Amino acid sequence: MIGIVSYGGYIPRYRLDRKIILKAMSWMAPGLAGLARGEKAVAAYDEDSITMAVAAGRDALAGFDRNSVSSVSFASTSLPFKERQNAGIIKEALNLEDNVGTIDFSGSIKSGTTALLTTLRAFNGDTNRTDLVCAADVRLGKPASPQEMIFGDGAAAFLVGGDNVIAEFKGAYSTSHDFVDHYRGEFAKYDRQWEDRWIRDMGLTKIIPEAINGFLDSTGMQISEFSKVIYPCHYAAARKQINKLFGIAPEVDQSNFQAEIGETGSPHVLIMLAAALETAKPGEKLLVIGFGSGCDVLAFEVTEKITALQSRKGVSGSLASRRELDSYIKYLVWRDILPVESGMRAEEDLWTRWSALWRKRKEVLGLVGSRCTKCGTAQYPPQRICVNADCGATDEMEAYCYSDKTGKIASYTSDNLAPSLDPPAKYGQIEFDEGGKFMFDFTDCDADDIETGMGVEFSFRRKYQDNRRDISGYFWKAIPIKKEN
Amino acid sequence: MAEGIKDKVAILGMGCCRFGERWESSAEDLMVESFTECLADAGIDKKEIQAAYTGTYNDEVNVGKSAVPTSTALKLPYIPVTRLENYCATATESFRAACYAVASGAYDIVLAIGTEKLKDTGYGGLPSGAGAGVSAFMNGPNSTAPGGFAQLATAYSAVHKIPMSKIKDAIAHVSAKSHANGAMNPRAHLRKAVSEEQIKAAPMIAYPLGLFDCCGVSDGSAAAIVTTPEIARKLKPGQPLITVKSLQVVATSGEESIGNTWNGAGFVTTQKAARMAYAEAGIKNPREELSMFDVHDCFSITEFVTMEDLHISPVGGAYDDVMSGFYDLDGTIPCQIDGGLKCFGHPIGASGLRMIYAMYEQLLDRVPDERKVKNADFGLTHNLGGAPHRNVAAISIIGRG
Repeated sequence: MIGIVSYGGYIPRYRLDRKIILKAMSWMAPGLAGLARGEKAVAAYDEDSITMAVAAGRDALAGFDRNSVSSVSFASTSLPFKERQNAGIIKEALNLEDNVGTIDFSGSIKSGTTALLTTLRAFNGDTNRTDLVCAADVRLGKPASPQEMIFGDGAAAFLVGGDNVIAEFKGAYSTSHDFVDHYRGEFAKYDRQWEDRWIRDMGLTKIIPEAINGFLDSTGMQISEFSKVIYPCHYAAARKQINKLFGIAPEVDQSNFQAEIGETGSPHVLIMLAAALETAKPGEKLLVIGFGSGCDVLAFEVTEKITALQSRKGVSGSLASRRELDSYIKYLVWRDILPVESGMRAEEDLWTRWSALWRKRKEVLGLVGSRCTKCGTAQYPPQRICVNADCGATDEMEAYCYSDKTGKIASYTSDNLAPSLDPPAKYGQIEFDEGGKFMFDFTDCDADDIETGMGVEFSFRRKYQDNRRDISGYFWKAIPIKKEN
Repeated sequence: MAEGIKDKVAILGMGCCRFGERWESSAEDLMVESFTECLADAGIDKKEIQAAYTGTYNDEVNVGKSAVPTSTALKLPYIPVTRLENYCATATESFRAACYAVASGAYDIVLAIGTEKLKDTGYGGLPSGAGAGVSAFMNGPNSTAPGGFAQLATAYSAVHKIPMSKIKDAIAHVSAKSHANGAMNPRAHLRKAVSEEQIKAAPMIAYPLGLFDCCGVSDGSAAAIVTTPEIARKLKPGQPLITVKSLQVVATSGEESIGNTWNGAGFVTTQKAARMAYAEAGIKNPREELSMFDVHDCFSITEFVTMEDLHISPVGGAYDDVMSGFYDLDGTIPCQIDGGLKCFGHPIGASGLRMIYAMYEQLLDRVPDERKVKNADFGLTHNLGGAPHRNVAAISIIGRG
């Protein structure tokens, strides 16, 4: 049996009420009023598609042996790097073995389903191995554009394997059309689209049915077999039309989260699939349709194993962990749309020393420290000479990964002097519950949230933005866990 | 068994420029200023100086690397000159090196000078990023000096179960006391008395430290010429002999930043350096024997916890001593007698020697009555360089006789 053995989801905490966008930009585009319902999920200033993919990937890997992962696929149309493999950064952040395959999928927002399908088809049946598929996007619409209203940010991840399969792969069908609804050229920051009516009438309502019919014809399956049909389409009328065409009942039509997240691009139907798996029962069949320059259609049948899967944060957990982004201006600054004065301290040249990062790739990207095999003392950064004065052993260390460890805040501050796009800069000493200590930046929190003794979890984030070289540096930050969470 | 430095070296002369925003002066100008005063005080000719140690920290926005800027500015006549840097202990390190050079017998008369030009950065506070290194760039926090030291307060509050409101009261008293002392000192940068209410109402810099909890940012230079007690007696027959009683520097082993034994509410390095310094100077009970001191009050909370780390206030008990006025100018052991870093600012490479200068002028009765410490026999100075979790502490004790 081949299929999905685990899933994970990640929706950034910050949510922007679309009415806030309307209030700011209706002078320019009063027509946005029709889209100003619900909220969109917004990646924090220190998040991008890589960091969100890592978050979803960690969720998918919960309870699984990371050493079993033999490949990492990453699908995104907002890849932070054109050259330097993005999936390779994800692999380091997840502290996976070096002998894994990595691949970036891009070019279309169906790249998410394409990555999943390609991985499923490439699976060799080895029950000892799993393959990780991640998808994430941070797509931008210009201020006052419909896309700004419609788009949201998010990520999903799946482990594909042959053992303990929770959703068996039952077949697929793909089409390719150079149908240009949305496009971005080589240096485009913002999405462009053709007329809505054309996208709807000649795109979604034609190309999706064509693909579904192609799938049904080629497999002999019936649409009525499926408990959930999972497809992207934020146009309500077009959605109604497609549902009517196939007789998809409201309970079978998986929510596209337009009111809670927005259209997320490459991960979109994968986020919907992850959400569907959260409540799926054994025996149920799921039909997944990725759309963009054609379609991918994939069918799954949920197995008994789903009841044994360790509970995870998933899409619903991420959605519940919510903070309001109460300022449109802040959104513009975070997305680097509006230039902002961060003071001269922010003008320091942030030049990544690649040879140093290579030496420290496990330490920095993987949050891997060391543990003394003589006395057991955990330490970060990794040391050669044990920090325990009663031990002091030299070169007796083993690698010790901290990213999934928990810790508590021993000291903290909120700093108005340090340059930050989410001032004040918040950071402090974290003592790991199982030993070790390090001073981390905090993220996804307000200064008033922080207290000594509070628990934290860790999140892979952009540490700095090197605007001269148009790249980001990555490291881990601590997120204080509020008591009510 | 090593004997230590006690009574082996005497201070022949000292100089200290006016600290402040010296827009009109380069670092070289400030060096000339402190050196000229120092040389005149020592009463010797420049060519009698046999070696020199110069301390500067931020070479990026200061004079650059090496001893050459100093030897050139002062026109030192082709003698051995060495540059030192050890965070905020830099000036104390140049003094220590000069003293050891004399004590070793290698030289008779040696110059120690420390200088820093901070006000060419274009912004307030210390220059960012300097000295952090390649690793911290990749995984260190986006921190500043106030943010690093502010964490002493949150940790102290948690460890000793003292509410932040009480800590804020105490550190406001710390700063108000230093401002009162600095207001009387013509060489200080900030010369205004400030009330505890003003201090507590100031804008927040890094919680819980407000603007007045942070020391000034200034340019400055200070210098000392040291020699053997025998030569000092011969050259200055009518003047009390001021000798070095102890010089100690302790750098962290990494335990505070990497291990789990440190509670974050004080400085392990200062605690250890203080014990070593008292032993070297022959001080058995510092609370009874010290007459005055200047500690590293880069931030009010640093001074507050240092009162405990120097083993003067009991651990967890600094609040009572501070609030009772124990460390005020008219208290039992006056602290920051010249106004401290609070009023002199912290030109990093100069501060340690500026503090020693404050002790020196008191021990020689050179200060006006209004800021005179009564019956001062010993003076202790303390520097703390780095951040609470990774730092170097330096202590020097000088005294009469």
